[in-house]
Amino acid sequence: MAQSTTRKKPVGAMIVMGIISIALYAALLLKQDWVNNTFAKGGWYALLPIVAAFVFSYFHGTFTGHFWTVLGVEAAKKKKEVK
Amino acid sequence: MHDIMPNFINLDAITILYLFGVGFVGGLVSGFIGSGGAFVLTPGMMSLGVPGLVAVASNMCHKFPKALVGSLKRAKYGQVDVKLGIVLGISAEAGVLYGAQIQENIKKAFGDAGSNLYVSVAFVVILATVGGFVLYDAWKTYKSGNSQTAEKTGKLAKWVQSINIPGTMVYFKALNARVSILFTIPLGFATGMLAATIAVGGFIGVPAMIYVLGAPSLMASATELVIAFVMGLGGSLKYAMHGLVDIRLAMIILAGSLFGIQLGAIGTTYVKPFMIKVVMGLIMVIVLFSRGLMVPVYLAQLGLIGKLSDGMVSLLKTTSFAIMIFALLLGAFIVLRAMWQGREAERLRHATGALEHGEV
Repeated sequence: MAQSTTRKKPVGAMIVMGIISIALYAALLLKQDWVNNTFAKGGWYALLPIVAAFVFSYFHGTFTGHFWTVLGVEAAKKKKEVK
Repeated sequence: MHDIMPNFINLDAITILYLFGVGFVGGLVSGFIGSGGAFVLTPGMMSLGVPGLVAVASNMCHKFPKALVGSLKRAKYGQVDVKLGIVLGISAEAGVLYGAQIQENIKKAFGDAGSNLYVSVAFVVILATVGGFVLYDAWKTYKSGNSQTAEKTGKLAKWVQSINIPGTMVYFKALNARVSILFTIPLGFATGMLAATIAVGGFIGVPAMIYVLGAPSLMASATELVIAFVMGLGGSLKYAMHGLVDIRLAMIILAGSLFGIQLGAIGTTYVKPFMIKVVMGLIMVIVLFSRGLMVPVYLAQLGLIGKLSDGMVSLLKTTSFAIMIFALLLGAFIVLRAMWQGREAERLRHATGALEHGEV
């Protein structure tokens, strides 16, 4: 928590990334019939799950990173001095 | 009911929460030791009715984006050697293909029970030797009272680093030394073979980087994430070309594991390096018992020992799965506890510093 008082927390960025992330998951689950039928066609369609994985990891990964920062869970400042 | 592909299961809220939860714990451990989670996720998905190959494919498709996010995070802390990760990752990819071929041949010759027995025996032998050694090494460091000091390069690694084979030498940041790729190729290959066999290549990759190449534990576990990314990307593409990836399962597990991997990566900045070995060694040894329990079941199926009663088979299967979950939860608990203690110590230091400087 010590750092949190001196550094601005990325609340806005977390909310934006969180909304995009929720939208992606909502689309995936609401359109799961279409997604499964299209993404599992094999051949060149194999690129779809790969691209989806990159897209989800970017938005959701950035969101989860900000999430812990906003909660005050951040990396130690000086690792070697820590017990 | 959804009109879904025959290979793919229907998802309900409980299934989604279960996958999210296992993903979180798996991600937490992966962020810390560079791998893990897959040994629970694959059987976990199969217990929901997902066919084996779809479970393996979907697990792989969550693994590479997770490893990407984890390695980027740990790169920020200066723990990743991208070059070493890519060099090992490419040879690991070859190992995955070879390992999968061996699996297929065993399955053709001896059926499912033969294939399962091979996987379990590989688990037991490798985890007993490598896991036992990692745990012993961590215990030795703890007992010696040197856990605060920087890790020393072992004898084997020193020898490997001293060998000069012209035309094959590459400098690796993690090792701060030049090593022949004739050493890294077999190590990457073994990592890939293990990943194809027991789904967790890191159980070979991380100890190999530490003890054979001479990388510090923190860099080895972070670099393993690069290997997992390279291996996972290639593997996912291969499975996706056959339409075996259930993207819903992969992305739901990813949802939980990205929360976990960020936390596990942060955790590495709070702990002493030997804690990586403690968590990895403990998980390996506990998983070894879990797989060991299944050996009699497969031996009986192959007719090599007397038939076991249905009740006994069911008991062994349940106990084996429970032990695996316990291994993962114990790993997660140690990571969180070590992180909590580290944060408390840091907070205390800041408070003491503020008092000394008259800021309070």
